[in-house]
Order: sequence, then structure tokens, then C-alpha cells
Amino acid sequence: MSTDGWELVIGLEVHVELDTRTKLFSASPNRFGDEPNTNIDPVTLGLPGALPVLNRHAVELAMRIGLALNCDIRPSSFHRKNYFYPDMPKAYQISQYDEPLNVDGWLALPDGTRIGIERAHLEEDTGKSTHVGGSGGRLHGSDYSLIDFNRAGVPLVEIVSRPDLRTSEQSRQYVTELRGILLAVGASDAKMEQGSMRVDANVSVRRPGDPLGTRCEIKNLNSVRSVGRAIEYEAARQITMVEAGDTVRQETRHWDEGDGTTHTLRTKEDADDYRYFLEPDLVLLAPEDEWIDRLRSELPALPAERRAALSEVTGKATDSEAVIVVTERGQDSYVLAVGEAGGDPARALIHVKEAFAAFGDEPAVPAQDLAALTRMESAGALTPTQAKAVLAEMVAHSGGDPEKIAADKGFEAMDTLALETLVDHVIKDNQASWETYCAGQDKAIGALIGAAMKASRGQADGKAVTAVLRTRRSTA
Amino acid sequence: MSGPASDIAMGVRDGSRSAVTVLEDYLARIDAREPRIHAFNVVLADEARHRAADIDALVANGADPGPLAGVPVALKDNMCTRGVPTTCSSKILEGWRPPYDATVVHRLSEAGAVVVGKTNLDEFAMGSSTENSAFGPTRNPHDPTRVPGGSSGGSAAAVAAGFVAVSLGSDTGGSIRQPAALCGVVGVKPSYGAVSRYGLVAFASSLDQIGPFANTVADAALVLQVIAGHDPADSTSIPQPAADLSDVLTEGVAGVRVGRIVDLPSGADPDVDERLEAALETLQTAGAKIVDVEVPAFTYGLTAYYLIAPAEASSNLARYDGVRYGLRVDATETNAMYAATRAEGFGDEVKRRIMLGTYALSAGYYDAYYGKALKVRRLIADDFERAYQHADVLLTPTSPTVAFPIGERTDNPFAMYLCDTYTIPTNLAGHPAVSVPFGTGAGRLPVGVQVLAPMLAEPMMFRVAAELERAVTS
Repeated sequence: MSTDGWELVIGLEVHVELDTRTKLFSASPNRFGDEPNTNIDPVTLGLPGALPVLNRHAVELAMRIGLALNCDIRPSSFHRKNYFYPDMPKAYQISQYDEPLNVDGWLALPDGTRIGIERAHLEEDTGKSTHVGGSGGRLHGSDYSLIDFNRAGVPLVEIVSRPDLRTSEQSRQYVTELRGILLAVGASDAKMEQGSMRVDANVSVRRPGDPLGTRCEIKNLNSVRSVGRAIEYEAARQITMVEAGDTVRQETRHWDEGDGTTHTLRTKEDADDYRYFLEPDLVLLAPEDEWIDRLRSELPALPAERRAALSEVTGKATDSEAVIVVTERGQDSYVLAVGEAGGDPARALIHVKEAFAAFGDEPAVPAQDLAALTRMESAGALTPTQAKAVLAEMVAHSGGDPEKIAADKGFEAMDTLALETLVDHVIKDNQASWETYCAGQDKAIGALIGAAMKASRGQADGKAVTAVLRTRRSTA
Repeated sequence: MSGPASDIAMGVRDGSRSAVTVLEDYLARIDAREPRIHAFNVVLADEARHRAADIDALVANGADPGPLAGVPVALKDNMCTRGVPTTCSSKILEGWRPPYDATVVHRLSEAGAVVVGKTNLDEFAMGSSTENSAFGPTRNPHDPTRVPGGSSGGSAAAVAAGFVAVSLGSDTGGSIRQPAALCGVVGVKPSYGAVSRYGLVAFASSLDQIGPFANTVADAALVLQVIAGHDPADSTSIPQPAADLSDVLTEGVAGVRVGRIVDLPSGADPDVDERLEAALETLQTAGAKIVDVEVPAFTYGLTAYYLIAPAEASSNLARYDGVRYGLRVDATETNAMYAATRAEGFGDEVKRRIMLGTYALSAGYYDAYYGKALKVRRLIADDFERAYQHADVLLTPTSPTVAFPIGERTDNPFAMYLCDTYTIPTNLAGHPAVSVPFGTGAGRLPVGVQVLAPMLAEPMMFRVAAELERAVTS
């Protein structure tokens, strides 16, 4: 199935649970994984006479998200979205409707592409139903259903992108980038597998330049990977239909992770009339300028800014895998610290994964020790292979003096000048291979490296030799 | 009778009267006449006796139980009481016992009041006669063949019959003031947000407000000062303390500008109109200045109300779905269970309003109905604001008629809705209003006069109400 000649138009709706101590409208704990129906109260259960009181911290986290997504923060209101469902205690959800808190922002993908953010609004989560018996854990046909109201009233922010995404890869990047932003501002733990970050995708296809096609909304995307897979499947499904002369029906579809397909959940005709109206139990939410300004000034460095900083000191592109991954893991500040301690950030970028390996969140090796190691490498005192061995030793002992470790191991590397002289000899002695390599046949480099290793009697480092050969070719 | 609530509280606080003795007086009257009147859904005699004994013990130990020490009170049965059934006079809440007290219940208790029982109402406060109750109608103590008004008919009748000294009702479109007028007692609808709604079972959230019934204006003021004041559990509660009403009652009305609404919708009976004219004369004689004002949108209040209130009700009452509490009628699948439960649990008037409200909010109809009603609501507030540039208070009849016979209007919902013509606009504006007994009309039945005031102008409103009361009792 080819998408050649077709353009995908994708918009994502992302629900994130805010990391607050209590619920959006009551004092019950907002905590995942507790015994069912223990984090409840009259408001959560929608008991007669209970009234909602807005959680200020939830508003603050929602505003942080808005600011991080370059949104305008506006005076906003809450509406009731009315529909019956057993895990909806009041039979309406309190949500923001035509006056959302955050509007008109954007998120930049790592390559700089800006994806528009239409809105990011506050709403309450529903309870969680478990359907027992029947087939497939669905309400229809089940023997009975259990409801856990612990999740009911948990604060959510729904972040709605504009239909600016064009590929499944961009969509994955968007979700990953958004997750990084949510973590950076401390708004959510954003765990897709636990449901604290949930993604719905609106997908349509068209011939480039044509008006928008009919979209389908895909639900149940529980990982970044399934976001990509589901979009690819759905786009292919729609293209097949249109190419066969059928029309795409606007509907909500369910992604089945098991068989890798989407299937109809409900059609537009089945859609509820939610009978939205202004929630009379709450007042308008109009954050004062001082509050907004304070939050703006307190905003931490976001992933894009951190990637730029990392790129600058390491010389790697902002959208290179190393820069993206190290920033995502929150290890970028360590690389910068190695640079500040007089080390080589580019080499630190290579070693950072190893340096964190033992503990995950915290580096096993102090930045100044890694800085010393990278200095030895830069000076040619260690080959990269030897440097790895020394680092392993440092990780095992939570740091240490790399010079002493190298000496103990009896490492001595050829210095850079000696290596370059050696390589120049090899080039001179292997002119045929060199010319083939310079003509663009990269495989020819193998013969040259082999000759260099032989000439040095194994003392030379393969990668270092490769690097010198590449430099020579590029300046030839 | 046992005298005003203020006298009871004073006597109990200084030890000259016993709360237990006071209570027994009231319980004796309940024993004698409640079977005929049916003001209560439940009488909590044992709990009240314990509570009264505790109050006496507190006083004996030198403590002060508070400004309502030993005062017997009744609560409309749409206010949550911990562990005590709260039915809204509906089958759908059968068996439900709230796990918490409404803020007003808590405040009454903190002030030393003794809760004697929970009173009958039109189901979910929808009605003007207390005939729409799943537990049968309440009768008017002045003439038991007639209605007490509604929806807080039980609370009004309980005070009028001497079953309690004071009571609480709720007023969405006149549900305190109209029964107060028909039962010959004082009934106050405070400014929206003056009294917490936390624990009041919602009918129409943007209009509902709790207020007191009492035999005297002073008692109504005393209770209002106890229950009013900011409550963080209600986001629409006004963040300021209760207004001080203790000194205004004796200030008189010299120089007060009292407005007569010249374009008031017609329809009041001549005996009622006659009492309004008499009230205006009384106030003029007492030094007030009578001014003519116009409130053109007043006449559209009823229509706007019967879109806004049902719309909110359709949403507020959606939670009675049989899933978590109250009645459940089993069925083979969820939607059928909802339908069976709600068909069985709700009475006709409630169903009528749920359907009306659902329709008014539906896609394609919202703008023509609910949206337009909201615009009228703003117009009414604007018109009142203009009128209050010329007047400090406005005077109208409370109800177009005196108490009508039981059954007279049950088959004609629209005739029933007209009962609230004069009370509804203040709810839409959020303003306070009070109905004060002002003599009698046809059949020697009580007539009430309504004093309307701008937002949070309760002190001025009570000044005028006290003057009317003095004219009647002197």
C-alpha cells in the first residue's frame, strides 16, 4: 500500500492527568493505583447537594502547559457536557467549552517545524469501568460492570493541535516532544501506559492542494509506537477506500493493538448531543496578569531550548539522535557540566549513557572526572576503546582519576601526530584503495584500515584511523 | 404559642427557659395537628429531645449554645442532613441518607438550634402548591382544604401551625415567598450567594437560594444572620460576612424611596391589589416617598424562567440514574435501567421540566430558547438597575391570589406557573426579596406583600419589612 501522491492531514488531541495532590473540584487525593473507591467524597460521587470548588494548583499547572506551548492565557469559563454513562457520576462532565484557558499556541518539532496548538483546556476525568464477562471487556454483552471512582474528578488538560501534522513520524515526534514539555514543566508524569497521557488522532487524506478529506478519530493509542502504527494503518485504509471510489465516513474508530487495525466505534450519526451550557456552580476563571507573569518567569528550560544548548556545545545538530535522546533522558545538564569542568562536551555526549547506566536518574561519575577522561581522549592519550574501559572502571567505583586507572591498566595510545603520520604512510602505500575510496566507494576504507592496523601492530585504534582517513578524504 | 425565636433563644441562653420544655410545647402541637396538615416528611422527636437536653446541659455548665439556643427549627427536605433521609419528596431518592450536613444545617446546629424535622415540598422544589409530592400534599393551617403554596409549603405551614419557631426553605422562583404569603408568615429570599448552597439538592443552580420562614421580621433576620456569610464550599458564595441586620429593624422608613412598578404584569386579584395599595399608603404615612418606576422586562420573567430553570434542572437531575444511590429499577441493560428507574422514580411535573429543559438546550434549539432566555435575564437585571436609580426598594404583591383549594390547579400546569409571576424576576436578577404578611383578603386568608431590593441591600429591605409588620401588629 503506497501513500504516494497522497497527503496525510493529522491533528492530535492529547489528554494529560495533572500531577496535583487533590482532585480538580474536591479535596480527595489524586493518586493512581489505590484501592478502588477509596479516593472519593460527595463531590466525586456527584451526591445530591455537593458542589465543585476549583483547585488552584490544577489551574496553575494548566497555565504552565499553556505558557510552555506558547499559548495566550485568556479569561475562561466552565461548561457542563451532558451525557449518561455509569462512570460519569453527575451525568455531566465539567469541561471548558467555548472559552478555554489556553489558546493559539504552537509546539516546535525537533527540526523546527511548528505545529499549531488550537487550545489546551481544563476538564475533569471520569471514573473507570471494568466490564466483566462477555467478550473483549466491553460494556455491550458483559455480565456485569465494576466502577472505580478514584479517577473521577482527576484534573485533565486536553491539548488540541491544529491539523498541521503530515506524517506518522511527525505525529510521533509531536507526542514525544509534548511529553518532554509536560515533564519539564512538572505538569504530569505523562505515562501513556498508565493512562496519565492519552492520545486521540484525527486522520484524513487528500491529494496535495485539495480541500481537507473526511476525518476519522482514532482512540485507544497507548504508546508513541501505536500512534505511528495506527495513523499509518488508518491512512492506508482511507486511501484504499478513496482509490476504490468509496467515500470515507466521519466516525470514531478504535485502534486494536493486537491485530494492528482500526474498527468503527461509533458513527457521526450516533454522536450524543451534549447540550453544553455554562456551569452555574462555578464562577469565571480569569487569571490575573501578575499570576501569569510569575508563572512565565518561573518556566524551566524546555526541551527545544535544552537541545539548542546541547547542540551548541557539542557541535551536533539539534535534531540529531544523540542530542534528542540525551535531552529526553534529562542527561543534557550533565554533558554541559562536563564542558564547564573543562572537558569535551562532544565526547561526553558519547559517554553519557554509560555514565548514567548504573542509576538511571543520577550520573555514576562526577562531571569533573568525566571531564578529565575526555581531556585525555582529546589529547590522544587514550583510544576510544581504551576510554570506554576506563569509564567502565570509573562507573564501577562511582568516579575516580582516569589517568591513574589508565596507567594501572597499562594503556598507552599513539598520539595524534604519530597516528596521522602512520595513516599518511598507509595512503601512500595503498594508492589504488585510496583512489577508490576517494571516488566515493566507502567500502574501500576497509583495506586502508587493515593496512594501518597491520602497520601499527594493533596499537592503532580503528575508529581513530577511520576518522583520520575521512578527514584526509574531505580535505583531499 | 411559645413566642418569637428571639425570646426563646434569650430565655434559654440566660437559663430562664429550658430548651426541653420549649421543645415539648412544639411537639405537643405537632402531635395535635400534624396528621391533618402533613407539614413534615419526618419528625425527628427523639433526636430533637436529645439535642434540647444537650443545649440545657451546656447552659447549666456555663456555656453559650449560640444565638438560636433551643430554637426549634424545621428544614425543607431538600437540605442534606447526615444520616437522616433526604428525599426531596421524590421516590427516586428512596432510602438515601446523606453522609454529610448542608452548610446551613451545620450553621444552625453551631448556633444552638434544635432540628425538629424535615418538611414536605413539591418534588425537587418544582411546584407552587406542595401538591407535587410523592408523599401527598401539605395543607394550609389557615384552611386545610387549601394549599400552603410551594414549593416550600411544608416549611411555611410548619411555622404557621406553630410546629416550629422558624424554618428554612429554598427559593428558585418564589418557593419561599409565595408559601409565606399564603400561610401568613415572613419568608425571605436572600441575595444570590448570600447563603451557601452546599448541601442543598439542586433544582436550578443559578437561581436556588436558601432562606428563612419566621413569624416575625426580627426572627427572619436572626436566622438569616446565622446562615448567611461566605462558605468556601460553594464557589458562588459571596466572599463577605453576613450583613448585620440587628439595628436596621427599628430605623423606620423616613425618606426611603419605595417604588411602585407601573408596568407590573396584571392578574392579581382585587383583594390582593387592595393590600398592596394599603401597604404603600402605610409606608408613605411612615415617611417613605412613593415613586413610580418602570421595569419593562418584568413581564418576560416567567417565560425566561421556564426555559432557564428546567434547562439547569434537566442537567442537575440527570445524576439520578439508579447507579449509585436511591431507587433502581433493574433491567437487562444499562440504558433500559436508566429509563425504568427514572420513569418510576420521578413524578409528572419533574418529568415535564426535564423534557422542557432538555429540549431548550438541544442542538438547533439552544439559541431560540435557552440562549434567548439568558438575554431576557440580562434585560431584567438591567431594567431593575435602572429602576433602583429612583427607588431604594420596590413593592409588589407576592402572590396574585390567596391560598387556592387543593386540586384546583393540578391539571393545569400553566395556571400553576402563574403563581410565581411576581416572584420570579428577582431570582433571575439574583436580588433579595421578602414576603411580609399584610392583612387578609378573600375568605380572611392571608395576603403577603413583597419587598424587593437591589443586590445585597438586605438591610434596607428589612427596614421596610419591619415597618410593614409594625403597621399590621400595632
